[in-house]
Amino acid sequence: MRSRPLSPHLGVFKWIHTMVSSILHRITGIAQTVGVLLLAYWLMALASGPDAYARAAALLGSVPGRILMAGFLLAFVYHLCSGIRHLTWDAGYGLEKSEARKSFVLVLVATGVIFAALAMLVFFTPGRGAS
Amino acid sequence: MSLQSPLARALGKGSAGKGTGHWWTQRVTAVALVPLGLWFVFSLTSLPSYLYGDVAMWLRRPWNAVLLLALVLAMIWHSRLGIQVVLEDYVHGEGAKAAALVISTLLHMLLAVTLVFAIAKVALRAVV
Repeated sequence: MRSRPLSPHLGVFKWIHTMVSSILHRITGIAQTVGVLLLAYWLMALASGPDAYARAAALLGSVPGRILMAGFLLAFVYHLCSGIRHLTWDAGYGLEKSEARKSFVLVLVATGVIFAALAMLVFFTPGRGAS
Repeated sequence: MSLQSPLARALGKGSAGKGTGHWWTQRVTAVALVPLGLWFVFSLTSLPSYLYGDVAMWLRRPWNAVLLLALVLAMIWHSRLGIQVVLEDYVHGEGAKAAALVISTLLHMLLAVTLVFAIAKVALRAVV
């Protein structure tokens, strides 16, 4: 018998908002597991003393480090907003197709606004740099 | 031959008994992570700088240490459950799947111990 695509299968389905939001939720969740590893690296450096911390802060505060941090922040904000959407579904609200589309747009808008506000605070406030 | 009745076999699986444990724990940790995650991000963004002294001083405040411990433990628990679902979906073959789940669980435990140790070491250090 010919092997058939099994769910979850990304190659054969038409891309629609529910699928995109579901995949994004998963990817941002996995990203945050990597983010916790980075948090452990940062806090272990802090626990090891000023010299180790300065080395870690220089690495995280470099341009690639800052881009990475911004990426983790974006993943965090998306997963948070999308997670609240999931919790409303679990409570039994917003399960209609049209409502799910609206809540996805809401999640995207909220993610954009909250991420922009936090990024301004972290990256563009004078004296907030790592060095 | 199993002496278990079909009912006993079904109990504890699916929607019965402990079968909902994973689902519930994922939701309960999610609910905890909403305020804890927001606290963490806003707390970090309000630090005067990310220099050693300012960050260490922040973590020496007892409530900051307690909330950060709660955050990392809830996060690692939530992550362990989430990664489990991803592995169950995408790792095919029973042996590889079991190995991946064991490795993931052990790494999450190591991560939890590491973070608790790091936070405790900084938070409990006497201020000089």
